[in-house]
This record gives sequence, structure tokens and C-alpha cells, in this order.
Amino acid sequence: MRPFSFSRPEAPALAIAAKTAQARFLAGGTNLVDLMKYDVERPPALLDLGRIEALREITESGGTLRIGALATNADTAAHPLVQRHAPLLADAILAGATPQLRNMATTGGNLLQRTRCHYFYDRQTPCNKREPGTGCPAIGGVNRIHAILGASSSCIATHPSDMCVALAALEAVVVVQGPEGERRIPMAGFHRLPGDEPWRDTTLGERELITAVEIPTWETGGHRTYLKLRDRLSYAFALVSVAAAVTLEGGRITKARVALGGVAHKPWRVAEAEALLEGRAPDEPAFAAAAERLLHGAQGQGENDFKVELARRAIPRALHQAAAGTPQSHVEKAIS
Amino acid sequence: MPDDLSPRGPETLAVTLTVNGEARRLRLQPWTTLLDALRDHLGLTGSKKGCDHGQCGACTVLLDGKRVNSCLVLAASKEGSEVRTVEGLAALDGTLHPLQQAFITHDAFQCGYCTPGQLCSGVALLEEGHTRSEAEIREWMSGNICRCGAYPNIVAAIQEAASR
Repeated sequence: MRPFSFSRPEAPALAIAAKTAQARFLAGGTNLVDLMKYDVERPPALLDLGRIEALREITESGGTLRIGALATNADTAAHPLVQRHAPLLADAILAGATPQLRNMATTGGNLLQRTRCHYFYDRQTPCNKREPGTGCPAIGGVNRIHAILGASSSCIATHPSDMCVALAALEAVVVVQGPEGERRIPMAGFHRLPGDEPWRDTTLGERELITAVEIPTWETGGHRTYLKLRDRLSYAFALVSVAAAVTLEGGRITKARVALGGVAHKPWRVAEAEALLEGRAPDEPAFAAAAERLLHGAQGQGENDFKVELARRAIPRALHQAAAGTPQSHVEKAIS
Repeated sequence: MPDDLSPRGPETLAVTLTVNGEARRLRLQPWTTLLDALRDHLGLTGSKKGCDHGQCGACTVLLDGKRVNSCLVLAASKEGSEVRTVEGLAALDGTLHPLQQAFITHDAFQCGYCTPGQLCSGVALLEEGHTRSEAEIREWMSGNICRCGAYPNIVAAIQEAASR
């Protein structure tokens, strides 16, 4: 790692005051420290947030579940409020990483984690995200883990998080603080598509600090699932994942939310696909129609062509699990 | 806001960690990982550097009671924390932790390189309680990779320790 200066601000306002464009906030460190070891991230200063206890809290009030930016992924998944009001979030978190990583990783860090594209990680290769204007060797290169939706001619990277896919499906809001005050950024507008500025992963300002994520409570009970398809049974990123939750009344779907992971620069959610499910019986034709709409425009990059068909089958399977109230277990790996 | 954030030279920070029950006062550069602090500054070479990138679990230690990959923890960020390593699992009189004894009974290691991480991770797992089935043990130990393939015996050792 390159040398850096290190400080431990004791309050959000102090952290924000110290934040420059090049300094980095340190939370769990599971992505940032890794990127620093690979010399991909080279911050001249780290602002360790570990003393700011207030940002670890998880509370619920008036129909909103609030998860502090420094709450660990492990604590979030295990929290009774999360298990009751947003079990889909717990499912998604437990599908990712490992117990050791989840004990350190935080809400804010998980939101801001960077792509695992091989070329992004390798200083020896060009990368428009890491060094603007140098090119995207993943296009026409080794791109099995890359995007099938929302990609551009500048970048075909994916966002690797499981937690974020659930947050997208749950219509969470990211609460941030900066020199100008507090803002609330809906999940749909937090992560960006690469467009022609792939170095910008999110709409977070250079001097802003994530303080919490707010989730409107939705009592799905068992009518949700996080279905994750990957090369190993555990400890691997999604090739394709589906977060799905439904409300059923009188044998009809009255509300449906579906988001995809592993397929784009951000969790992939299409409101029109969800609207196709409303009022319908939870049957295969309805699920297939939603999948088709959700995957509209999907295009393989060569080595990831299989993701299109994989997603086309995974979406109805996930919707079936959600409708049946049989969420995918992350211990018993067989897919129901 | 500081005027100049350019990297400084090898200045060190005072960091106090309680390691295996003993307070240790260190002077560390901020970029020193907990793994390197344990191995190089404290001579506790039980924790292993398998990948140094949080991908294998050989560096697993208990930090304030929770299992973590010490290779991704900056020691300076854990001032005041308690660390327990493989060297701290046995009792002071040398009596092995029940999990250590179970690893021997069930032949749960071959080359031994992943073993300290497996033990620290397993000790934490036993306290967490995710040991209700073989599938649950395998999933909740998935952060510890074993190139020798001792997994079936690791699982058996954990099952035995969990049954006590």
C-alpha cells in the first residue's frame, strides 16, 4: 500500500469537514483496503469512521426501518427488526461474502463497493473506470462476469452487491450528509449506469457521507426470496441473482417488486415489469411476461451470453418461490 | 480542512491492543494490517497469510469476539480492541480448546496452513450457534478454504465440539 495519513473523526460533521475528493472514508475496509493493496485505490488520506457510534444504530419508527451506515452486514442480517420488517434484506446479505467479511462490512461500504471486473483490478490493463479514456478491454475480452443490461461502449462492469439488489427491490432511500446539508437519494437513483462516465459509480457527492439507509416497511412475511446463481455454492459473486417479493390477496398479486443482480452496473429494476404482475394470478405465464419485460434489451458480451437465458429462467423461479412463500434457503442449496 | 494531505513518511501511531488477554502497546504505520501487526510486530505467527486479500480465511482471528479476516483490518483503526488468535485458544495451563482436541481426534488438518484460521473461525461459529446441521456448518464455515480438502473432517470436528 502507498503511504497515507490517518485520522479518526469523532462525529459526522468532522468527517465531512475533513473530506476532500481524494480522501476516503474507512468503515469495514473489506473493499477499500483490498483495492489499496492492489494499488487501484490510492487515497492520500483515510478518515476512519470507527468512532462514530451513532451511525451503527438500527431502528424502526412510523413505518420506516432505518439502518445506520456503519451497521455491519452481520448485525443487520441478524437484527430482529430487519428479520421482521425486511426479511428480504437479511436473505440477500446472508447470501453474500462470508461470516468474516460480513462482520466487518458495513451498509455504507456495501453500497459503495466497486466492481470486481478483472481489468479494473489490474493496473497492467487499461480501464475507463479506473483511468478515464484508456479503454475497456472487457469488451471483446474476458467478460463472463460482466453486464447484459445497461452497458455502454465505455464500460460493461457489474455492481457485485447482493444487499443492494434487495434494497432496490425494497425501494430503500440512501440518506447522506454533506457540506450543504442532508439529502435523500432513492436507491433507483443512487447507482449510475456507466454511460460515458464509467468512473462515476454513484451520484454521491465527493464530500458527502452516507449516514443511513431507510426502508419503508413491507410485511411480506415468507412471500419473498433472494435467488442467487453462481459458480460455487458459497463465497462467490452472483452470475445472476433475483430479489423478489409479492403481496397476494384473494389469489391475485396486488404488489410485486423484482430486482436483478449480477447483470448490470446497478441493481436492475423495471417498474413496467412489476406492473405486468399486478392483478394477475401468480402463474407461469404471468412470471414469463414479467421476465421478458425485465430483460428487454438484454445483450450478451460474448462470454456471458448464458446470463440472458439464465435470468429468463431465474426470474420466474424466484417469483414462484415468493408467491409460494418458500424463500430460497442459503443453507440448503437445492433450488425449490 | 487540512491544507496538505500528501502522504507522510514512515510516521507511526501508538496503538494499544489486548492480544490473548494481554495489553500490547505498539507503534505502527497506519497501513499495517492487523495480520502483519500480529505476525511481524508481536511474533504471533500462528495466524497465516494465505492470500492477503480476504479470499481464503487463513488469517481469521477473533476481534472483539467476532471472527474477521485480519489481512483486511488496519490495526490502527482498532485502538483498544481485543484480539484472540490461535495462540490464545488453549487454556493457560496448556489444555487444548475442545475444538482443537476435536481437530486432532477427527484428523481435521493435513498441511496445517488453513488450520489456525479454521480453529478461530470454528470457535466463533460454536458461539454463534450455526451448527444445527452439516449443511449449516459448511455454509457458515465457507470463509475458510482448505486446499488439502480436509473439509469432511473439519465438519466432523465442529459437530463433535458443538455436541458438548
